[in-house]
Amino acid sequence: MAVHTSQSVAKAAGDDVARGRSRGTGKSAPPSKLRRALSVHWYAWTMVAPVVLVIGVIIGYPLVRGIWLSLTDADERNVARSIGVNKMPATYEFVGLDNYADALTGNQFLGTLGWTLVWTVSCVTITFCLGMALANILNRRIAGRSAYRMALILPWAIPGFVSVFAWRFLYNENNGLLNKILGGAGIDGIPWLNDPAWAKFSVIAVNVWLGVPFMMVALLGGLQSIPSEQYEAAEMDGATAWQRFRHVTLPGLRPVSTTVVLLSTIWTFNMFPVIFLLTRGGPGEATQILVTQAYKFSFEISPRDFAQSSTWGVLILVLLMLFAMVYRRVLRTQGDNW
Amino acid sequence: MTTATATPARHSARKVRKRGERSPAASLALHLTLIVTSVIAVFPVLWVLLTSLKPAKYASTTSFFKETTFENYTNLIKDTEFLSWFANSVIVAGLSTVIGVFVSATTGYAVSRFRFPGKRGLMWTLLVTQMFPVAVLIVPIYNIMSTMGLLNQPAGLVITYLTISVPFCAWMMKGFFDTIPREIDESGQVDGLTPFGTFWRLILPLAKPGLAVTAFYSFITAWGEVAYASAFMVGDENLTLAGGLQKFVNQYGAQWGPMTAASVLIAIPAALVFLFAQKHLVTGMSAGAVKG
Repeated sequence: MAVHTSQSVAKAAGDDVARGRSRGTGKSAPPSKLRRALSVHWYAWTMVAPVVLVIGVIIGYPLVRGIWLSLTDADERNVARSIGVNKMPATYEFVGLDNYADALTGNQFLGTLGWTLVWTVSCVTITFCLGMALANILNRRIAGRSAYRMALILPWAIPGFVSVFAWRFLYNENNGLLNKILGGAGIDGIPWLNDPAWAKFSVIAVNVWLGVPFMMVALLGGLQSIPSEQYEAAEMDGATAWQRFRHVTLPGLRPVSTTVVLLSTIWTFNMFPVIFLLTRGGPGEATQILVTQAYKFSFEISPRDFAQSSTWGVLILVLLMLFAMVYRRVLRTQGDNW
Repeated sequence: MTTATATPARHSARKVRKRGERSPAASLALHLTLIVTSVIAVFPVLWVLLTSLKPAKYASTTSFFKETTFENYTNLIKDTEFLSWFANSVIVAGLSTVIGVFVSATTGYAVSRFRFPGKRGLMWTLLVTQMFPVAVLIVPIYNIMSTMGLLNQPAGLVITYLTISVPFCAWMMKGFFDTIPREIDESGQVDGLTPFGTFWRLILPLAKPGLAVTAFYSFITAWGEVAYASAFMVGDENLTLAGGLQKFVNQYGAQWGPMTAASVLIAIPAALVFLFAQKHLVTGMSAGAVKG
C-alpha cells in the first residue's frame, strides 16, 4: 500500500537518494540545511519514525521520570494520589544524590550486585558453552537431525511462565518428581528452592534451560555461514579436529558470538520472570537480583519506596551501558567494527 | 527467492557430508549427547502434559499415566474465563506480531540501506532499550496508559510489547537486509521503483526467513509476557493468559489440575507458530542476529 501513495512524491527525491546513500550527507551548501537534509533523508526518517515515536513515548518518558524520582524521596505516602474523591498533591522533595550515596555505600546494593554478577556470568557462560556444543553436533550429518533440533528448540517455543511453573512443579520439595526420583534411589530429598545455595543452583539451571535454544539456533546459523572451503583447506594442511574448531570455527563464529553474548548478558542481567516466578527472590533474599529487588521496592514492601526503586533501576541501566560500551570498545580494538 | 538465500547452507551441509567419516563410537557418543539433552529439553513440558491428563487429586504422583481423563480441561473451560483470556491473548499477540514485523522491517531496512543523521544514535537506542528493567518502567508506563485511557485495552498492551520486541527484531532485520545484495535495490531503482516500492516489492519477498524469525520472536514475547499483562489488565474477562494463569497459583495455593491443563492449551499456539517458523529459524537467525 505504501507503494501507491508514495510513488510520485518519492520520485522527485530519487536522485538525491542515490547520492545520499553512497556518500553519506554531502553537506556543502548550508543555505537551508534542514530542508536539504529533509529532502535527502525524509524516507529513511519516515521508515524509522514509528519506532522512534513509540520508543520515545513509552520508554523516554518513563526513563526521565525514573531519573527524576531517583533524585527525590518519593514513596507511597508522599506521591500524588487520590483517596476517594480527595486528591492529595505530591509532597515528596528533591534530595539530590542521597539515594545513590545510600545505595552505593550500603551492603544491600553491593551484595545483590555481587549475586547478580555471579548469576549473569554463570548463566551466560554455561548457556554459551552448551549452545556451542549442541550447535556443532547438530551441524554434522547425523541421523534424526531435524527431530533433535525440534526437541532442543522446544523450551524456546513454550511461553516462559509456563515452563517456569513446570520447573516449580518438578522442584517441589515434598511432591516434586526430582525428589521422588532421588528418594527412589535412596537419597534424601533436596530442598531445591528452600535452601539458599540450592535455590541459586536451581534458578541458574532453569535459566540455562530456557536460554540454550536461542544460543544454539544463533550459533547454528553462524556455523552454516562459514564457507566449507575453509574447513577443506584446513584439512588439507593436516589440521586436527580441535585445530579446525579453534582456528576455523571460532573465528568464523565471532560476529555471531559477540552479538549473542552481548544480548544474552543484558537479558540475563535483567531476567525478571525466572527469579520472580520461581523463588520471588527467596529464600530470604538469597536469589534476589537487582531487577527483582527494584520491583520489590516499588510493589511489595510497605510503604512502597519509589525513589529507592528508581535509583536501583537507574544504576542497573548505567551498569549495563558501561558494560556495552566497554564491550564494543574491546571488540573494536580487536578489529571488529560496528 | 528463498531458495537463493538457503543455498549456501545446504551447500556446506553437503560438503561436510562428503568429508568427515565417523567411527561408530563417535556416532554413538553424539547420539547419546543429543538424546540426553533432548530429554532434558522436552521433559518438563512433557511432564506438564502428562499431569494435565491425570485427575487433579493425583497431580503429584510420579506415575506417567493414571486414570487418564480430560476432566481438567473440561473443568477449566467450564468454570473459568479461560476462553476469553485466550481470545484476549490471541488479539494482543496477533496485533503485536503484525505491527511488530512491519515496523521492525521498515526500521531494519532504513538502517541497513541508508545513511542518515541519527542512525548511530538509533542503533544505540535500540540496544539501550533492551537494558531497561521492567520493574522500573512498569509504574510510569501504567500512568501513561491510564492518562491515554488504554488500561484494560488490548491496544495498551500491544504498544508496550512493541517496545520490547521491536528493538531486537529491528536489529535482526538490519543484519538480514545487510546480506541481501544492494544491486537488487539499485536494479529496482533503475526500473523506476521508489525506495518504498523497492522495499515492498523486491526486498521484503527476499527477506522471508528474517520475517519469519521476527514474527516468531514478537509472537512469543507477547504471548508469554507476565509483568505488564498482570499490571495493566484487570477484571476477570480482560486478562490475558499470562495473567489468568496466575490465578491458579495465588488464590488457593497451587491448583495443579487446571494449571497444567491451561499450560498445555497455552503452549499449543506457541508451538504451532514455532512449527511454522522453525524451518526459517536457522537461516533467518544466521543472517540476522548474527551480523547485528
